[in-house]
Amino acid sequence: MSATSARPSHAAQPSGGAFILKKALISALVALVLFSLMIGVRTEAGPQGGLIYWTRFGDLAALVATVFGGSIIVELLRQWWGPIDKDSLVPKPVQSAMSFAGRWLAPALLVFAFLVPVIFYDQRYILDLSILVLTYVMLGWGLNVVVGLAGLLDLGYVAFYAVGAYSYALLATNFGLSFWVCLPLAGILAAFWGVLLGFPVLRLRGDYLAIVTLAFGEIIRLVIINWQSLTGGPNGVSGIPRPTMFGIPLDNSDSGLAARLGIEFSPTHRLVFLFYLILAMALLTNWVTIRLRRLPIGRAWEALREDEVACRALGINTTTTKLTAFATGAMFGGFAGAFFATRQGFISPESFTFQESALVLAIVVLGGMGSQLGVALSALTMIGGFELFRGFDQYRMLVFGIAMVLLMIWRPRGLIGHRAPTVFLERNQAISSDLVKEGHG
Amino acid sequence: MSGDHILTVDRLMMRFGGIVAVNELSFAAERRKITALIGPNGAGKTTVFNCITGFYRPSGGAIRLAHDDGRTIQLERLNDFRISKQAKVARTFQNIRLFPGMTALENLMVAQHNALMRASGLTVLGLLGLPSWREAERRAIDLARAWLDRVGLLDRADDAAGNLPYGDQRRLEIARAMCTEPALLCLDEPAAGLNARESGGLNELLLSIRNEQGTSILLIEHDMSVVMEISDHVVVMDYGVKIAEGTPQAVRDDPKVIAAYLGADEEEAIAVMESGT
Repeated sequence: MSATSARPSHAAQPSGGAFILKKALISALVALVLFSLMIGVRTEAGPQGGLIYWTRFGDLAALVATVFGGSIIVELLRQWWGPIDKDSLVPKPVQSAMSFAGRWLAPALLVFAFLVPVIFYDQRYILDLSILVLTYVMLGWGLNVVVGLAGLLDLGYVAFYAVGAYSYALLATNFGLSFWVCLPLAGILAAFWGVLLGFPVLRLRGDYLAIVTLAFGEIIRLVIINWQSLTGGPNGVSGIPRPTMFGIPLDNSDSGLAARLGIEFSPTHRLVFLFYLILAMALLTNWVTIRLRRLPIGRAWEALREDEVACRALGINTTTTKLTAFATGAMFGGFAGAFFATRQGFISPESFTFQESALVLAIVVLGGMGSQLGVALSALTMIGGFELFRGFDQYRMLVFGIAMVLLMIWRPRGLIGHRAPTVFLERNQAISSDLVKEGHG
Repeated sequence: MSGDHILTVDRLMMRFGGIVAVNELSFAAERRKITALIGPNGAGKTTVFNCITGFYRPSGGAIRLAHDDGRTIQLERLNDFRISKQAKVARTFQNIRLFPGMTALENLMVAQHNALMRASGLTVLGLLGLPSWREAERRAIDLARAWLDRVGLLDRADDAAGNLPYGDQRRLEIARAMCTEPALLCLDEPAAGLNARESGGLNELLLSIRNEQGTSILLIEHDMSVVMEISDHVVVMDYGVKIAEGTPQAVRDDPKVIAAYLGADEEEAIAVMESGT
């Protein structure tokens, strides 16, 4: 009984030799059409400037034959393996090992993160890179509230990053306010802009929401470029004060931290401080998000992602629920922006292009929407991994792209696709990603 | 009309462009009673429901809800989530609308959103983890547990709602609606897709909700065994107007009702008549 019902999809698929042959023929035909001009005919400028050409039908035939044979092999392999599902793909002992690793992965990562400046104290490059990774972890966690929990597709997240960065840069350079005063202000201002974006897009869903948020991101960037008197336009803002350790500067001066502690000054001190600063900010984001998920507002976000009509029938104000999601996500983006400004010391509109929004969104989607650990892992892979591929030179983007495609085939719902319940009576069991909705915007 | 009415629908009109879906419909639902709204397919029953629960804004007429404490609320003036939040009208859907990726328990916790929002001090107190919030959350879990027990789903509390069998999902949706602590519970075809044993269980559940919670129930139903067995009052609609009203017995023998069902759908007419014998 169970044997017959377990694989209905397999039985439904045609598997005869005729089917394989037909599929291979179609592939070969497509290859023939595609390559007949690309490979079959070669043109070049002749010695007199005229166009000369010669045919390469042999190469073309070989290529089409390869496609034909390859298609048969692939199809045979697919039938030999059977339908791809996780149970058959990953053996049981590996699965249990993975679940064990899964339980200890988060604490291990956390301990490792705390030790990074100790282990890599002398390697400035790695310290810089880990600060960058943590910035994206924080941005990912912030966007996760909007996209992962509330299911609202936001393509303009970089706008809030920019608002945070410019808030700190302008407040600090114009009014001399310190980083610790500006940090909450940057968050509040970004949250304010989040609400402002939220209002017009409340009625929109899915693709339409994505387009409007995309436009919003561009509007903020264009305003920054063109409002020269305030933002300095394309020249950006320079001379942004470095963060101080509660008033003690981390520089070479007599009142600096090194001098006060009586140790030799090193620029690494500031890097280490920045590292722990962004680590603390990211962990705060994480803690607040985990807390919020278990509060009624967080559950309402997730319920909104699952079914908005049902939410309204239960008396949930979907307007304020969406706005709080936008505001919370934007606030974390603003914090990250303020950190970015103080780390760089110089910001310009070039840092806040759509590319950044897309990168942060990719981090959230690859990590598994709604999963905190998944987002952290994917930020590590995307930012850190990209640096690892530096050895491939011009093929770097290609390798990276292939890796992303493979990851999405292997794990269509991201690295950590399942959802952990926020409350339980007896068993805290994860919910399969097949059931969890992605939201309609 | 006499009696203590919780819901009074007065000359309700609903037009979609040139189509009149509900035409001057008037009926009333008594307090702590089960009122059934029946009629052939396309009679406008779900449209009436959507007007009562705020998903449509009626083109005309009035819908009054009289609470136990004497407050009267004009439902046609409220919209959207306020119907549930302020007027305490809960509903279920013809095609089940649970939160499939959340556990059964979480579904019932979401239903208590407004009470929990107040208890968590609009999130601020909850974020700080104050004892008053923890106490409120514990009470909410207890209420959810009690309802899971009532609908027989306590052992599946931690399973995803989307993984439950169809009949369980129907009962969970009713439990979720009850967790909003409604004065009026509106059920849109609660027995659709249930087998005979399950719809028997549903009858018991609805009767116990009426008797123990004192919640008034308004239901749309095609399953005549459910309608005839549990309703106190039946309103029959066809083509957007009321064609009959009364006790189940009286409605079943009404020639107009039989004609409406015969004209619309032979199977349903046979079901109406057979359930009486």
